[in-house]
Amino acid sequence: MIEINAQGIYYKELNQQIHNYIAEGKKDIIIKNVNGQRYIGDALPQGVKLELEGTPGNDLAAYMDGAEVIVKGNTQEGTANTMSGGKLVIHGRSGDATGYAMRGGKVFVKGDVGYRVGIHMKEYKDMIPAIVVGGNAGSFFGEYMAGGVLIVLGLDGGTELVGDYCGTGMHGGVMYLRGKVPSYKLGKEVKSVELNDEDTRQLTSYITNFADYFGYKADEILKAKFTKLIPYNTRPYGNLYTHY
Amino acid sequence: MTLSMNTPEFLVERNLDRCIKCQVCVGQCANEVHKYDKETDSLSCEDLACVGCHRCVTLCPTHALTIKKFPLEFRTNANWTPSTINAIYKQAESGGILLTGMGNDKPYPIYWDHLLLNASQVTNPSIDPLREPMEVKTYLGRKPDKLDFSDGELLTEIAPQVELELPIMFSAMSFGSISLNAVKSLAAAAKEVGTMFNTGEGGLHQDLYSYGDNAIVQVASGRFGVHSQYLEAGTAIEIKIGQGAKPGIGGHLPGEKVGREVSETRMIPEGSDALSPAPHHDIYSIEDLRQLIYSLKEATRYKKPVAVKIAAVHNVAAIASGIARAGADIITIDGFRGGTGATPLRTRDNVGIPIELALAAVDSRLRNESIRHQVSLVVAGSLRNSADVMKAIALGADAVYIASSALLALGCHMCQKCYTGKCNWGIATQDPNLVKRLNPEIGAQRAANLLRAWKHEIKEMLGGMGINAIESLRGNRLMLRGVGLSDRDLEILGVKAAGE
Repeated sequence: MIEINAQGIYYKELNQQIHNYIAEGKKDIIIKNVNGQRYIGDALPQGVKLELEGTPGNDLAAYMDGAEVIVKGNTQEGTANTMSGGKLVIHGRSGDATGYAMRGGKVFVKGDVGYRVGIHMKEYKDMIPAIVVGGNAGSFFGEYMAGGVLIVLGLDGGTELVGDYCGTGMHGGVMYLRGKVPSYKLGKEVKSVELNDEDTRQLTSYITNFADYFGYKADEILKAKFTKLIPYNTRPYGNLYTHY
Repeated sequence: MTLSMNTPEFLVERNLDRCIKCQVCVGQCANEVHKYDKETDSLSCEDLACVGCHRCVTLCPTHALTIKKFPLEFRTNANWTPSTINAIYKQAESGGILLTGMGNDKPYPIYWDHLLLNASQVTNPSIDPLREPMEVKTYLGRKPDKLDFSDGELLTEIAPQVELELPIMFSAMSFGSISLNAVKSLAAAAKEVGTMFNTGEGGLHQDLYSYGDNAIVQVASGRFGVHSQYLEAGTAIEIKIGQGAKPGIGGHLPGEKVGREVSETRMIPEGSDALSPAPHHDIYSIEDLRQLIYSLKEATRYKKPVAVKIAAVHNVAAIASGIARAGADIITIDGFRGGTGATPLRTRDNVGIPIELALAAVDSRLRNESIRHQVSLVVAGSLRNSADVMKAIALGADAVYIASSALLALGCHMCQKCYTGKCNWGIATQDPNLVKRLNPEIGAQRAANLLRAWKHEIKEMLGGMGINAIESLRGNRLMLRGVGLSDRDLEILGVKAAGE
């Protein structure tokens, strides 16, 4: 186990240190006093494990390709940007555009998330990305979503599970929201449907992991009724054009 | 059914004396213009379906077919032209946004055709490139502020560069918008001639990873097929912000073009629309652009130059300055005549500015701010021949991108129907029966030939100026003179009038 003190270190130097350790085969790294350094975990492969104490900067785990990152703190904007694989566990809240164009891997957030989370998320065959949010989500949740799984649990209370325009432009994937969402909050491309057995199985699996990471009881979380949102179709703008 | 007011654009005439009823035309036309009736043993034509791609004419063994403009005249009206009227009929029928392909076809001024190149006479000798060395090699990327040496050794660390054997690259065209055979043709031609092709935003097909040294990989708002192996595969990475054929709007690859291989490459389900909206949702400012540039540099450990591509729009010079300051190594500017697989007609024909003016404005601005060396400038948006390339370099470009010219080399006949997916030349289609019409080896030869021919011509013209390296033409606007331009045009172009 390697320990880095990030106090006062510029991001480029910090990330270079991480890459140097990984090149030496030291893949289990604790980074203390993280304070706004960007791009930590950027494109890191499987087998690497980072534990961050503090508040990492934007684009944490961007393009991440299989590594595991645990954050004892909040994360900022662009977290898990275009992430391909691996696992990110955030013991706090996460900022705007978390999981932008995420293509694989899992993100677990204990608290709330910002705006446009899960935007452009996509899936391909067995690469199904997922974001589980323990708190509430901001507006434009799952915008342009083309695949993957978004889950909002609303465990911290608060009145609104999601903000406005939830799922606007969505044309693939699925959302599970713990509780009810008024229809005026939904994008015009999504509809609310009942959960089936496969949904329940999938949801149970994600929530069991979530509960393990953050010390909750999965059974209690699962007692509540969930809303399932899916798109009306995979081609929301198919009829927009006429051939000149 | 309501009455359709659509009338044919083309008249297909068959010379029955020449026709041998071989039915090649029937088999070749994906638009089903030609039909054979077994009972009467006769061929007929549906003019309305003809797009004027000339596939049947080219392949007819007896030259029995003629395609003409359909002779249908409205009463002469300079305001209500036939195309304006027909557009209204189409929208009244469908309620849809008019969709078209390729670049702006309206008669806006083409500034290339108002710029003339210089040549040496008497006072300085011209050079014969057939006998004397002529350097057209070009490096794209950030150049250092100054060079430090010690005992003849270079001390300055040089930022990563893209090395080109000639200053012409194949512009971004995604696998999806064009066929795999078309991409393969361009990739192989780029490798043969020593230049780059650009993946567009469709990811890199598995078969093309071996051409990575000749690839610029693109990252657009939809982030299709973007992952660390993809970013590592290319020689440079290009962030696509905008495109000349559709400034300010994004792209929709319709689900019907997302077959198995496109789906694998973009990593999205088959049949799903591939939506790339105009904004990157992690970029709302120059500072945010810097963040994306550096996230890509971090992802590739600072080994690849990062380019940013924008459409030429009104404030292009200020925008380019911001992009240079955001840390881009290359700025790509796409003019309003740039082509595309699909774009709304009104956007294509009315949004953006000519690349010639944009290039001159950006080059001047970056020079005035003393940051020109920090970025390379690559321009696109209808470079039609080697003379256009020369003029672009004299105006300040480091290199150019060609796309329409490259597709013409592969057999495109500029019918502007790329968006239908029925390209009879196997270029802008994913239909396996059409794709196989384009042999990637032959395509590669044709595209490589075009570049070789232009390279020869560039050397000839350089030699004529008495210049033996393209570097000496770069930004050398004294080598240009304007004809038929206003004082204001000349001022923006930074060029003297012919005779001055």
